[in-house]
Amino acid sequence: MVWYIVRRFLQLIPVFLGATLLVYFLVFSLPGDATAAICGERGCTPAVVAGLREQYNLDQPFWIQYLLYLKGVLTFDLGTNFSGRPIATIIAEVFPTTAKLAIMALVIEAVFGIVFGLIAGLRKGKIFDSSVLVLSLIVIAVPIFVLGFLMQFLIGVKLQWTNPTVSGDATFTELLLPAVVLGLVSFAYVLRLTRTSIIENVNADYVRTATAKGLSRRRVVVVHVLRNSLIPVVTFLGADLGALMGGAIVTEGIFNVNGVGNTLYRAVLNGDGPMVVSIVTFLILIFCLANLLVDLLYAWLDPRIRYA
Amino acid sequence: MRFTRTSKMLSVAAIAALSLSACGGGSNESGTSEGTTDAVIVVDGSEPQNPLIPTSTNEVGGGAILDLIFAGLVSYDADGKPENEMAESIETEDAQNYTITLKEGKTFTNGDPVTASSFVDAWNYGAAAKNAQLSSYFFESIEGYEEASAEGSTVETMSGLTVVDDRTFTVKLSQPESDWPLRLGYSAFFPLPAAALEDPAAFGENPIGNGPYKFAAEGAWQHNQQIELVPNDEYEGPQEAQNGGVTFKIYQNDTTAYQDLISDNLDVLKTIPTSDIKNFKNDLGERSIESPYAGNQTIAIPYYLPNWEGEAGKLRRQALSMSINRDEITEVIFNGGREPAKDFTAPVLEGYSDELPGSENLEYNPEQAKKLWEDAEKIAPYDESQPLTIGYNADKGDHKTWVEAVVNNIKNNLGIEVAGKPYATFKEARTEATEETLTGALRAGWQADYPSLYNFLGPIYATGAGSNDARYSNPEFDQQLTDGLAASTVEEGNEAMNAAQEDLLEDLPAIPLWYQVAQGGWSSNVDNVEFGWNGVPLYYAITGK
Repeated sequence: MVWYIVRRFLQLIPVFLGATLLVYFLVFSLPGDATAAICGERGCTPAVVAGLREQYNLDQPFWIQYLLYLKGVLTFDLGTNFSGRPIATIIAEVFPTTAKLAIMALVIEAVFGIVFGLIAGLRKGKIFDSSVLVLSLIVIAVPIFVLGFLMQFLIGVKLQWTNPTVSGDATFTELLLPAVVLGLVSFAYVLRLTRTSIIENVNADYVRTATAKGLSRRRVVVVHVLRNSLIPVVTFLGADLGALMGGAIVTEGIFNVNGVGNTLYRAVLNGDGPMVVSIVTFLILIFCLANLLVDLLYAWLDPRIRYA
Repeated sequence: MRFTRTSKMLSVAAIAALSLSACGGGSNESGTSEGTTDAVIVVDGSEPQNPLIPTSTNEVGGGAILDLIFAGLVSYDADGKPENEMAESIETEDAQNYTITLKEGKTFTNGDPVTASSFVDAWNYGAAAKNAQLSSYFFESIEGYEEASAEGSTVETMSGLTVVDDRTFTVKLSQPESDWPLRLGYSAFFPLPAAALEDPAAFGENPIGNGPYKFAAEGAWQHNQQIELVPNDEYEGPQEAQNGGVTFKIYQNDTTAYQDLISDNLDVLKTIPTSDIKNFKNDLGERSIESPYAGNQTIAIPYYLPNWEGEAGKLRRQALSMSINRDEITEVIFNGGREPAKDFTAPVLEGYSDELPGSENLEYNPEQAKKLWEDAEKIAPYDESQPLTIGYNADKGDHKTWVEAVVNNIKNNLGIEVAGKPYATFKEARTEATEETLTGALRAGWQADYPSLYNFLGPIYATGAGSNDARYSNPEFDQQLTDGLAASTVEEGNEAMNAAQEDLLEDLPAIPLWYQVAQGGWSSNVDNVEFGWNGVPLYYAITGK
């Protein structure tokens, strides 16, 4: 088990190198000169442009730029973005907010998705099951920005239950609305996955055995049916955590959340290479770790799975 | 600051207390403005893109902050008229040599006096190539700028600047320029305390100024979240704060900010998002404003494009201009929130005229347009293999709608192939413009740095100028600009500038479309919201209700 974990961590090294190289190259190949974004509508004098290019190593060829960046990373210095601020500081500022938002969304979608899915699966074909299925279909079909603007307008502006936007403090209550919006689509998927999985397992041999042994219905459902049904759901949630960390650009934009998604979006627009690469690499590492966690959870959920 | 329930109650209590004290006192206060002067005003802002050093800030997000925490030699009132701020007097006899005397007893918020060196050192720092300051070209008129700003130069001072004593310095320009004093209210010309030049990076995070406001505390700039300013009690001048502070809340987009405005979580929004332009007057009623400012929108057509050079190019430009129905587009698309252009500058400026000879070229006249196009065909046939495109950046500003409208106007009236060309990012479009690789026209917006006609002409249409995207070059026009600058008074200068504009109206290196109008709104918590000549709210004058 320990060896397995160590091996997985060692695998992160080539992933890190490959990802940074690829992303750095993609940003490098974006059309347009990065100094044009810094200079704005007015433009700068050639002397200033030359000064900026030197400051951010833009006058160097691709390989040198990339190696300089790698050298920085290995010495724990991510460098500065095009506004002259340390990238490490920026990530430290925005990451906690996004992490809070992502975890809240994940908890919301997991709890509601699994509970509703369980009930629907056990009462297959009944009125609760059918209505939940229809509702989840609607949620999946409506684009997230429509949901976002709609809920912001209804709950934030009309009813005034909460502020329409998130302040710099990003408190729990402020993040609740964006977390619900963010979790809504995945909630529908979790619900459907759980339901299907439960329906399959309810008729399995070991469930019949457990019932025949005289176990209470509660114990049969929670320990035998549900636990075995969670494997596809956990796989989905693990992948979703990675997606929520980096992919909340739309929701963060609607609710003015100062998070990773917004920061990444701005960096891409400005062609801010080091900034984009640092954030994306960070996200990749989180994604890998979330996957590792999922794999370890498999073994706990299903004792037949073992790692050596 | 967020408007929590507590803060709302506090402001209610404050209003109650104030009205009570007014009753008790019995004497009428002579203040011109009603409302409370201790309310903290929450306004929308955008993240400053650079450290808050006057010469390294070239965008509106940082500019709005700098204008509040610094005061230059002069400042502009609501109409763009300069008033002396730090300057006691600015004197010249030949428009080339200026003697500037400072007022006595002015200080920075750290206690340092504002001296002649505060200005001279800051300007030298801004111009020197080794500091790579984005706004360095603002000092180009000063003698010695060339040496200090040349690529790789190690010269740190401009020879035209001389400190006479603590309160006096002289400026020698490389040529006479009568409108030069007009520029001195622009942020690049602000003074800096000695601490700034010792450690610019640290200073840019927590700047120390001499303006009507100051940072609430160290670290008042919470990046991408908010910037908190409080009144500077030491400040005395025309822009004294009428409120208890201004907090810039940073938004990623205007649409979100608008939701905060209509739910009273934001006090002032300076730009209504395009999606709400149709209904903001209904939503806000009395609390909305449309205020013309010194900015315009044009389409620059480079002279290096095959179809657009020479005499035929000139006729085609005129035809294009006359086939655009500006009245209709400003009415339908902007809901009246733009004003059809009659020249290359802006109406709020002194010296502006809407009836310059040649301004008929900017009027909708499809028959004449068709005729001009046919005349051009006789000189040189239009190369259909290179149809005209109108480029715009799709990342900011929502230009697609109006570009498509202009494209349709031209198509329908001239019967030629035209298309809008979106650039994914602003920098992509700027790079092509700088490297002369544009394959079509490019939209260009200009917002005045300082209130002067020259600011709309020199930097954009003079031969070799930095923002001359069209690569226009006309010796007669250049000469008129130089004459205008050299005129002994601003009035005479303006006459020469307008004479120079006649060349532009004839040649149309860019096609002026409309003047900008600020469309903004405010919450029910504030009063006395007014927009200035540059489309920025006069933050210092806003009061609580």
